[in-house]
Amino acid sequence: MSRLDIEDLGISFGGIKAVDGVTFSAGAGEVTSIIGPNGAGKTTLFNLVSGVYTADTGRVGIDGTDVTGKPPHLLARAGMARTFQNLQVFPQMTALDNVMTGCHMIERSNLLADLLGLPSSRRETAKSREAAREALRRAGLEKLAERPASELSYGQLKRLEIARALVTGCDILLLDEPAAGCNAVETREVDDLIHGIAQEGKAVVLIEHDMRLVMRISSHIVVLDQGRKIAEGRPDQIRNNPDVIAAYLGAHGAAEAEAANA
Amino acid sequence: MNPALRTFLILAALVVAGALIFPSSYYYRVGTLVWINTLAVTGIVVLLGYVGLVSLGHAGFFAIGAYATAILPSYGVPSVLAAILGAAGAGLLAAIVGRPILRLSGYYLAIATLGLGMLIWMVLSKEAWLTGGPDGMTVMGANARDLFKLVGLNLRSAESWYWVTGTFAVLGAVLAVNLGNSPWGRALRAIHDSDVAASSLGIDVAKAKSMAFTISAVYAAVAGALLALANGYITPEVGGFMHSVEMVTMAVLGGAASVFGALVGALILTALPQVLTVFADYEHMILGAVMVLTMILMRRGLVPALVDLAKRRRK
Repeated sequence: MSRLDIEDLGISFGGIKAVDGVTFSAGAGEVTSIIGPNGAGKTTLFNLVSGVYTADTGRVGIDGTDVTGKPPHLLARAGMARTFQNLQVFPQMTALDNVMTGCHMIERSNLLADLLGLPSSRRETAKSREAAREALRRAGLEKLAERPASELSYGQLKRLEIARALVTGCDILLLDEPAAGCNAVETREVDDLIHGIAQEGKAVVLIEHDMRLVMRISSHIVVLDQGRKIAEGRPDQIRNNPDVIAAYLGAHGAAEAEAANA
Repeated sequence: MNPALRTFLILAALVVAGALIFPSSYYYRVGTLVWINTLAVTGIVVLLGYVGLVSLGHAGFFAIGAYATAILPSYGVPSVLAAILGAAGAGLLAAIVGRPILRLSGYYLAIATLGLGMLIWMVLSKEAWLTGGPDGMTVMGANARDLFKLVGLNLRSAESWYWVTGTFAVLGAVLAVNLGNSPWGRALRAIHDSDVAASSLGIDVAKAKSMAFTISAVYAAVAGALLALANGYITPEVGGFMHSVEMVTMAVLGGAASVFGALVGALILTALPQVLTVFADYEHMILGAVMVLTMILMRRGLVPALVDLAKRRRK
């Protein structure tokens, strides 16, 4: 069964349909990639799915339950976590504290215990610290745990966001360009990380421009152009789809690509 | 060392150090004011420093605490209970007012609290039958001396209030530091930096903001109650707009991110008018200048700026 079901999702900004009737599903243990040229509506789609924007049309379902129109914090509690294209880290905190914030939902603590510094509150903090260290290790950032987030590189911050999303204990993970700003070695690490996350049975939805990464790890690819879904399928189906080639490269570019292949 | 323990030791040492060097009751009275302001500004630190929200009406909550402590004893309520009721009332008001406003992001809290503060100030000034009007009112009731007599200590009134308010300031600081390093504290600081990211992690942003607003209102009200008791006399000015501005200025000057900032800001802006008597005539101007200069020269405040300087020296 699919974890995440998106049905006919759409939103307009000032008469322009940024996302127009998009339908797709993301299954547990799979990597579903959303690709498309700049401005195709990929990030807008993520913002709709994660509740940052309210959709004009369509439905979002998690594990068969309708969660359309729910605010982000309730979607998070339903098991959805995400990262952001334009980084949303907490720069004043250390890398470790950033990730510990992701433990909010699993922390069992009340305000009074927190104010009084009761043992129950400290135990929760200690547990969160352990979970956050483990997530940092997975993201390859354990050496930077105590550094302020503002001192990390772009690629490291991208992975910090993944670690922060992971500790929420999510079942669905939306990753918006996780490999942006990464060098070849780091991209390989991100590749392994995402692969490992999917292996655990989480549904991963990925926006990414690095086509080699996309083709390597996706189980399923959805192609957007001008807000609409123009193709969907396995990587090998998408690679040879003429519509996709036209949208991505333009007719001229497609001819060039073919010439290069010949 | 545990940050809460460190805060406790430093502030407790300062309270004791003050008592060791003060030569007269006058100094104890100024010290008392410093601790009362430190407590109120610690509440501002929770709101402004942790979550990044500005309140321009915190003097209103301060006044609720002060006037509850002044008015209720004449209806037979013991002073301590009156102070507790004042603090609870201020917290309740903040929770009721805060919840709808804090669903919206942006400047709405600053504007709404500005209005709320003015309303409270007007009630205090106009309802003379209850509050004594612009002339203010005498506060009857508890004297901290009696507290110390219970354990056989015979202190002067000014000294005993100094110890009581110092204790509250230390406790207030420890609670705020505890909160800052706790699950909810991390949630608040997350909201400060990015409420989109915070909500994507399951944090109920509106609820968390409302909690911080309520906590900071209670801090202000307790400080107000202590001022009423220690002074024995209050006027509506404790609820005036300038007092709200003064609290925010103290936090910004010292550094709104930490309780030490609250202490330093409260110390400077409480002690300065005592040292420079001309300050009284130019108070508004000087507060404005302090705010502008802090923003230009050290936006995070005095304490973080000094810490940075010390770090650079060491390197």
